Amino acid sequence: MKLTLRVWRQKNPDTPGEMASYDVDNISADMSFLEMLDTLNEELILRGDDPVAFDHDCREGICGACSLVINGDAHGPERTTTCQLHMRSFSDGDTIDVEPWRASAFPVVKDLVVDRSAFDRIIQAGGYVSVPTGAAPEAHATPVPKADADFAFEHAECIGCGACVAACPNGSAMLFTSAKINHLNVLPQGAPERETRVLDMVAQMDDEGFGGCTLTGECATACPKGIPLPSIAAMNKEWLRANRKAKR
Amino acid sequence: MALATRQDTPPTRKPPVRHTSGLRGFWGSTVGKKTVMAVSGLIMLGYLVAHMIGNLKIFFGTDEFNGYAHWLRTMGDPVLHYEWALWIVRVLLLAAVVGHGVAAYQLSRRDIRARPVKYAHKRKRASYATRTMRWGGIILALFIVWHLLDLTTLTVNENAQHGKPYENVVATFSTWYGNTTYIVAMLAVGLHVRHGFWSAAQTLGVGNATRERVLKALANLLALALTVGFLSVPVAVMTGLVG
Ligand code: HEM
Ligand code: SF4
Ligand code: FES
Repeated sequence: MKLTLRVWRQKNPDTPGEMASYDVDNISADMSFLEMLDTLNEELILRGDDPVAFDHDCREGICGACSLVINGDAHGPERTTTCQLHMRSFSDGDTIDVEPWRASAFPVVKDLVVDRSAFDRIIQAGGYVSVPTGAAPEAHATPVPKADADFAFEHAECIGCGACVAACPNGSAMLFTSAKINHLNVLPQGAPERETRVLDMVAQMDDEGFGGCTLTGECATACPKGIPLPSIAAMNKEWLRANRKAKR
Repeated sequence: MALATRQDTPPTRKPPVRHTSGLRGFWGSTVGKKTVMAVSGLIMLGYLVAHMIGNLKIFFGTDEFNGYAHWLRTMGDPVLHYEWALWIVRVLLLAAVVGHGVAAYQLSRRDIRARPVKYAHKRKRASYATRTMRWGGIILALFIVWHLLDLTTLTVNENAQHGKPYENVVATFSTWYGNTTYIVAMLAVGLHVRHGFWSAAQTLGVGNATRERVLKALANLLALALTVGFLSVPVAVMTGLVG
């Protein structure tokens, strides 16, 4: 395949960037999107140009490191991560626009790489359970109803990629935050910190400058892990409950 | 997990925040402000349903409609004095409109700041009702002012007479601008309620995967009933059914 790429190039956080056009040839339909970018970068390096910086790690769709808004869609046209997107989703002669996640809480570091450490600080605010360390506890000691385990697991699937923020017209991190809160708040292990978790994580989310939710639903459409939109309603419910409890 | 890509900055980063409790924490939070919007929106929605049903009395003649308007002032009698109940409702509605508007303004400012750079690759996002919440809300705010000046204070209603609401309604819908303003506003109400009712359910944590379809259907039903119900009056005046 022969493709035209329009890629966001930005030297560093303080210099304005722009879309730059590149032609790539000999792209196989079996390549992943990132392998296609590797091909471009090899050419750029041979030419003595600066390669395009982009985030990636596992390339297996499980770490959440890869990003990229491809033709206006976070992680591109398929419901998966960019590393698991293959070039068969495109046709010969296509022009593909590649941009970084856009949100003021995710400032661009270089080219397509953005700083997502705001997510780490949301996790630090309460996305953990305080447990005694030592040998693994006996698995049957803490029974978890099947429905709760399923709910927790559904939300534990979130890989923290930030596609939800990138897709949201308000740059809101509510889907991510709700996934993390719901995952722990439904489990007995999460119960002791149930109220402070939701209150502190939502406070941190606001403090980072993410926007609010207008129930547009773009986040859940973009999420490679299928975290559903009603997760946000479940988080709101936890937040309101924690507020009522805190008064007593 | 997300990568902390900038190695230069972490040591200077501030530690995670703790939430603020009480009313300040509530109003200061995006979720709290949205809750205020949802509750005030539902109060206004409840009022609109009652208002729309009340308006339909115009189809039963001058006496019934004007009698109904008079009853609004004697509501709660003999416990409450003349017009007390009406003023309680008015104060509640004013609080709802102000709370809703202020929260909408502050949240919208925040949302726009959170996403300052647009994508170069444009594509259509979200449904029409969802995209028009802000402009639709502004249209509604302007309409509320005009509506009060037109049929409550009668300031802008040229042929209006005090104590004759039936005649005043007919007067309003006998002008092209009265009809146009009203029809645009009622379409805006329908769109606003369509996204708003369902949103409020999510904000208040009532929504979940199984209730999704019921809530959406209820939102559509409410939106349609309000728009059709409210619009039936100007249409009736225009076609001579009411006059
Ligand atoms: C003063 C004029 C108004 C303004 C400026 C306004 C503005 C807004 C805005 C910006 C939103 C949030 C939109 C979003 O989430 O995307 C909203 C939501 C809403 N509005 Fe209004 N609106 C107004 C009047 C009304 C009226 C008359 C009603 C009564 C039916 C109403 C009911 C609602 C409801 C139920 C919501 C959903 C709240 C939530 O998302 O939790 N609004 N409004
Ligand atoms: S909710 Fe989905 S889109 Fe958002 S960070 Fe988690 S996995 Fe990524
Ligand atoms: S590189 Fe790990 S999820 Fe894509």
